[in-house]
Amino acid sequence: MPTPSLFDIMGPIMIGPSSSHTAGAARLGKMAYKLAGGDIKDVKMYLHGSFAATYRGHGTDKALLAGLLNLNPSDERLRHSFELAAKKGIHYEFIPTNLGENVHPNTVKFVITNSAGETHEITGSSIGGGQVVISDIDGMEVNFTGERPILVTHHKDEPGVISNITFILYEMGINIGNMRVSRSREDHTAHMYIEMDSLTGGDLTAAIRNIPGMLWVKLLLPIDETSGDASRKDSI
Amino acid sequence: MNAQTVIKICQEKGISLSDFALSQESEQDNISKTEILTRFGQMLSVMETAARTARETPIHSVSGLTGGDAYLYEQRRKKRSLLGSTASKAVACALSCSEVNASMGRIVACPTAGSCGIVPAAVLSVQEEYDLPREAIVKGLICAGLVGQIIGEHACLAGAQGGCQAECGSASAMAAAAVVELLGGSPAQSFDAAAIAIKNSLGLVCDPVAGLVEIPCIKRNAGGVMNALTAADMALAGIVSRIPFDDTVDAMNRVGRQLPTALRETAAGGLATTKTGLELAETLKNR
Repeated sequence: MPTPSLFDIMGPIMIGPSSSHTAGAARLGKMAYKLAGGDIKDVKMYLHGSFAATYRGHGTDKALLAGLLNLNPSDERLRHSFELAAKKGIHYEFIPTNLGENVHPNTVKFVITNSAGETHEITGSSIGGGQVVISDIDGMEVNFTGERPILVTHHKDEPGVISNITFILYEMGINIGNMRVSRSREDHTAHMYIEMDSLTGGDLTAAIRNIPGMLWVKLLLPIDETSGDASRKDSI
Repeated sequence: MNAQTVIKICQEKGISLSDFALSQESEQDNISKTEILTRFGQMLSVMETAARTARETPIHSVSGLTGGDAYLYEQRRKKRSLLGSTASKAVACALSCSEVNASMGRIVACPTAGSCGIVPAAVLSVQEEYDLPREAIVKGLICAGLVGQIIGEHACLAGAQGGCQAECGSASAMAAAAVVELLGGSPAQSFDAAAIAIKNSLGLVCDPVAGLVEIPCIKRNAGGVMNALTAADMALAGIVSRIPFDDTVDAMNRVGRQLPTALRETAAGGLATTKTGLELAETLKNR
């Protein structure tokens, strides 16, 4: 493999005991929190493989929930996440299960109901060293590591909407690294997920919100955990 | 990148391994040396706390399987120890970091969470004994990182891939090189120490009881730092590793591949499947 960075070897600063079962789990929770769009009322976590077998001893359950409370993998409140969630009136449940043959051993499927009453299903895996990948959002296969900004749109399924979005990205000098569209035939709408190399200065969401046919738009930023005591490897 | 090349560059330029690593990271990742040093300083602070916490108060793991050993050891070593002050402090610090990790406390993965006690224990015990400034210790951590970079490139650092030799073995090599640099040894001597440390942990299996980062991980961190200090002490005396560092990494890589899956973090072999290991795992399941 290519030479890893110094910070791939030393760090991250994290809450133990396991980079994949604890730090990675917290990161998955945090990404799910961002993707589910805000305050969580109820969450069911389906744990697969090694997550299912060892989640109590590794604190995977506490870490997942801490992430859903928007805590970082290096936050010492992580081990008290059950109490924190209870205080916020969040209902949570951990369900060991089998998500299938070819599923990564450290995988969790979140079924989240937010305060707006929306339900989202998000599946992700902790692939080692605290690194994670989100593989499914509301039934759409994706491959997001959370290391780059992601734009999520929900829009009318009609010609021109996507080209308007990509045109705005072009005008702002933003390069697309990965994108996916999925449509719902029932209500003639579509969701689109775009992973961008980086952002530039302008107000991207405001510009995209103004596109005719746009229902809503979300921007998920790589979370900067480099301030304080966390290292770069800790950022989502 | 390999050690042979790095040693040559350092000799030509008259720089230390940490100077080399600092410049390389700064150039390749477009980040200032000051920022790299700041971030390593933050890591050092976390290490200092983790290396102290479980010595001062007995702390227990989330599973309840382990805990209290760093405290127990600290109490005795203050009165007497077979190892002398530096080495016994190193053992105590390694136990403390690992117990903090198992209790869901804050640590620095270096290179992994399971092996998080070895590098801090080595540099902090040497710092105390030789009264070294904090800046020197930060540079020592960077030197340790460089050794890990080379291992990561040519072998691996994950127990699931290469067994415990890849985690505690790598950490020992990283710590050994750092200690040699801290005490004024040459880059070549640092890599001799790292090579000796790898040779002494070659083939070490990853066999955690119940799949948790506790048994035998915590005590292997104590063993790992002793390996590191022994290797550094030999290298500082001028002892050379007949098998150079790059070759030992190659051996570690091949040995890791030859290890059966049962001995690579699956809890399907070794200590995990002993009578007691299985009983402990069963107790946890029924709780």
